[in-house]
Amino acid sequence: MFKPIRLVKKVPNLDFFRFHKLCFALSALLCLGSVVSLATQGLNFGVDFAGGILIEVRSPGPANLGDMRSKIGELNLGDVALQEFGASNDVLIRIERQDGGEQAEMAAVGAVRQALGTGYEYRRVEVVGPKVGAELVTGGILAVTLSLAGIMGYMALRFGWRAGLSGVVAILHDCLTTVGFFSVTQLQFDLNVLAAVVTIAGFSINDTVVIDDRIRENLRKYKVMPFRQLINRSINETMARTVVTNGLVFLAVFALLILGGQVLFGFAVAMTWGVVLGTYSTIYVAAPMEWYLAGRDTGNAHRHEDEAPAAAKP
Amino acid sequence: MLIIPRWKAAIILLAALAGLLYAAPNLLPRQVAESLPTWLPHQQVSLGLDLQGGSHLLLEVDTAVVTRERIANLQDLVRTAFRQPQIGYTDLAARDDAVSFTLRDPARIEEARRLLREGDADAEITATPDGRFTLRYPERVLNDLRRAAVDQSIEIVRRRVDETGTKEPSVQRQGLNRILLQLPGIDDPQRVKQLLGRTAKMTFRLVDMNASIEEARRGRLPPGTELLPSEEREGGQPRQYVVQRRAMVSGDMLTNAQAGNNAQTGEWVVNFRFDSNGARRFGDVTKANVGRLFAIVLDGKVISAPVIREAILGGSGQISGSFTAQSANDLALLLRAGALPAPLNVLEERTVGPDLGSDSIRAGTIACIVGYLLICVLMVLGYGFFGLIANIALLLNLIITLAVMSVLQATLTLPGIAGLVLGLAMAVDANVLIYERIREETTLGRTPFSAVDSGFSKAFLTILDSNITTLIAAVLLYAFGSGAVRGFAVTLSIGIIASMFTAISLTRLIVVFWLKRARPAVLPI
Repeated sequence: MFKPIRLVKKVPNLDFFRFHKLCFALSALLCLGSVVSLATQGLNFGVDFAGGILIEVRSPGPANLGDMRSKIGELNLGDVALQEFGASNDVLIRIERQDGGEQAEMAAVGAVRQALGTGYEYRRVEVVGPKVGAELVTGGILAVTLSLAGIMGYMALRFGWRAGLSGVVAILHDCLTTVGFFSVTQLQFDLNVLAAVVTIAGFSINDTVVIDDRIRENLRKYKVMPFRQLINRSINETMARTVVTNGLVFLAVFALLILGGQVLFGFAVAMTWGVVLGTYSTIYVAAPMEWYLAGRDTGNAHRHEDEAPAAAKP
Repeated sequence: MLIIPRWKAAIILLAALAGLLYAAPNLLPRQVAESLPTWLPHQQVSLGLDLQGGSHLLLEVDTAVVTRERIANLQDLVRTAFRQPQIGYTDLAARDDAVSFTLRDPARIEEARRLLREGDADAEITATPDGRFTLRYPERVLNDLRRAAVDQSIEIVRRRVDETGTKEPSVQRQGLNRILLQLPGIDDPQRVKQLLGRTAKMTFRLVDMNASIEEARRGRLPPGTELLPSEEREGGQPRQYVVQRRAMVSGDMLTNAQAGNNAQTGEWVVNFRFDSNGARRFGDVTKANVGRLFAIVLDGKVISAPVIREAILGGSGQISGSFTAQSANDLALLLRAGALPAPLNVLEERTVGPDLGSDSIRAGTIACIVGYLLICVLMVLGYGFFGLIANIALLLNLIITLAVMSVLQATLTLPGIAGLVLGLAMAVDANVLIYERIREETTLGRTPFSAVDSGFSKAFLTILDSNITTLIAAVLLYAFGSGAVRGFAVTLSIGIIASMFTAISLTRLIVVFWLKRARPAVLPI
C-alpha cells in the first residue's frame, strides 16, 4: 500500500495566542455587526416564521412574469413577490401574511390557484397561518436556548465551569454571526436554517470538546507548564484531527450546497458558514477565554483540575 | 488489551449483519418489499410528504364552539325547568363560561336548585341567600367535552377523507385540539379543504308561521325561536324564516344519503333514510303538524322549508333546494360521514407536487453519494489501509441508520437527507480521532499493538463527549422542531448513535483481526 499523505506532518508548534487580542476584536466586531444588522434590517423570514403563502409553479414554457403578476395583483392580496429561479419556467410566488387569520390565508391560496388557471404545475404550496408561525418562532427560540443550556451543563459537568462557559460563548458567537450573516445577505431564514443554527452549535462544541479533552489530559501530564503554553500545546496536538475532520465536514456540506437543490440551499449556506466559523471560534475564542477565566497563568487551572471528573477507562 | 472475546466479536458481527438485513428491503421496489413474508425484514424507510409528494394539513378544532353550545343549553334548561312550577326569575344571561339569573322569590332557592340539578348533574350551582344564581361547569367537564369533540372530529375527518378516495391518508391527533392530516399523492387539497370547511350539522325544525318576519328583524322573536336566512331568494334578498330552536329530528339519525334526481322535476336532490328512532320521530312530527312548514336547516341556514302535506312514515325523504350535481353529491357525502361537532380551521398547509418530491430525492441522493465518495477518497489518501477500514465502517453507519429508520418506521424528509450527509461527516470524526491518536502513540515509539490499543482507549472518551454534545442539540431540535426539521434531528441522532458502534466497535474489531493476522512491524498509518 502507498504511504498515506499527512496534511499535518508532525505536531506543529504554532502560537495561537499571538493574535488572540486581534481575534477577540474581530469577533466582537462580527458580533456587533450582526446585532446592528439584525436591529436595523432584521431577517428575511420565510413563510415558516412570518406566516403567509409560498407557491412554486412551473409553467410549460418560459414563464410570463408580467402576466402572472397582473393576474395575482388583481386579487389585492397585499405584497406579492414573483421570482424566477433556476430555469426560466420555474417561478416562486411569495404572498405576505393576510389580515383575517387562517381563513383568509386559505381563501387567498384558492384565489391564486383560480386566477392563474390550469396549465401551471404546482410544485410546492406552503401556507402558514399566524398561529403556527408564532409557535414555530417560540419553538425555535426554545430549541436554541435549551440546547445552549444543555451543552453548557454537560461541558461544566465534564470539564468544569470555565470550559462550559467559554464553550458556550464560542457557540453563541457562531450562532449569532450565522444569523447575522443571514441578516446582512437578506437570504431567506426558514425552519431549515434554524435547524442548521442548532447543528452548528453542536458541531462547534464538538471541536471545543476535543481540545478541552486534550487540555485536561495535559494538565495531568505537565504539572507546572504555564496554562497558556499548555492550551497552545493542546491545540497543536489536535491540529491534525481538526484539519482532517473539519475539512471533511466542509466538503460534505459543500456538496450539499452545490448539489442539494433549492429547498436545502439555505441550510447548506448556513452550515458552510458555520463550519468555518466553528473551527475559528474554538481556537480563537473558546481557548483564550478559558485562559482568561482561569486567571491566566496563575496555576488556577492546575489546582482546580481535580474538581473535574477523572477520565474513566472505557 | 487487544483481546476481543469471541462472544463480543459475535455480537458486533451480528449487529452489523442485522443492519444489512433490515436495510436491504429499501433496495427493492415498494411492491416487492410489501409482498415479502412477514418473518423477513420487509419494512422500508417511509418517505415524508416533501419527498413522496402530497399534502399536509394542520387542522384546529374550534372547541370554544362546543363549550359555548353547552352553556347555551344550560340557559335553555333554566327556562324550561322553571316554566312548569312557575318559578319567577330575572336577568337570565349566559356569559362565556357561566349562566346567571336572580330568583324573584328567594324562598324558593332550594326548590330551584333541586330542579336544576335534576336537569343537569354536571353543572356547579352556587346561589347567594338573596337568590342570585350562578351556574358553571367544572374544568374537568369542559375538558372532557373538548376531548370528546376532538375525538369525534378525527373520526369524521377520517370518514370524509375516505369518501374522497384518497389513498392511505393519515389522521393524527396533535396536541390538545389539533388534527394533523396527511394526504400522500394529493397535489391540490382544495376539495378536501372545502369538505372539511363545513360542519354539516343538519336539523329538521318547525317554522313558526304566526311570527311576523318584520317584528323578528327588529329583534322581537317569540320565545324559543330564531331568525335564520335561507338559500331561497325573494326579490333579490335571501328569504328568512322564524324557526324553532328545538330540533325535531337531527342529521345524526340518518343512516344513508345519496344524491339523485327528482322523478318529476329532474332537479338534483338528496335522498335520505333515517334509522328506526329517527323514522319514528319524523313520522310523529309530520303526523302532528300537517300543513305547517318544516325547515331543513344546515349549518345555520335553511336549505328548504317544504309544507308537510301528510305524515311521512316510511323513514325516508328527499331534500330539494337549488342543488347542482356537485353540491348535491357533496351534501350527501357530508351527511353520510356525519357532522363535525365544531368547525375546523386549517392552520397550515404544505403541499409538494410529485415531481418536486422526486427531484428532491435525486438531488439529496446525489449530494449524499458525492459527499460519501469525497470522504472515502480523502480518508484513503490520508490514512491508507486504515482509511479503507474507516470507509467500510462509514458505509455500515449509513446502512445501519437506514435499517433503524426502517424498523422504527421513522420518516425520512428532505432535511433528513441533509442529516444523513452531516451524520456521515460526524461519523468520520470518530475514526479520525482514533487514527490521529494511534499516530501520536506511534510517534512516541510504541509498538503497533500498544499504539492501537491506547489509541482506541484514549480516543474513546473524547468521542463520547463530542457525540453527546451534538446529540443534546439534535434531541432538543426534535423536541421543539416541527415537521420536516424533526426528520433532520432523527437521522442525525440515529447516525451519531450508530457511529459510536461502527467507529469504535466495528473498526476496532477489524483492526485487531488484521493486526493479529499480519503482525506488522510498522503500522501503515
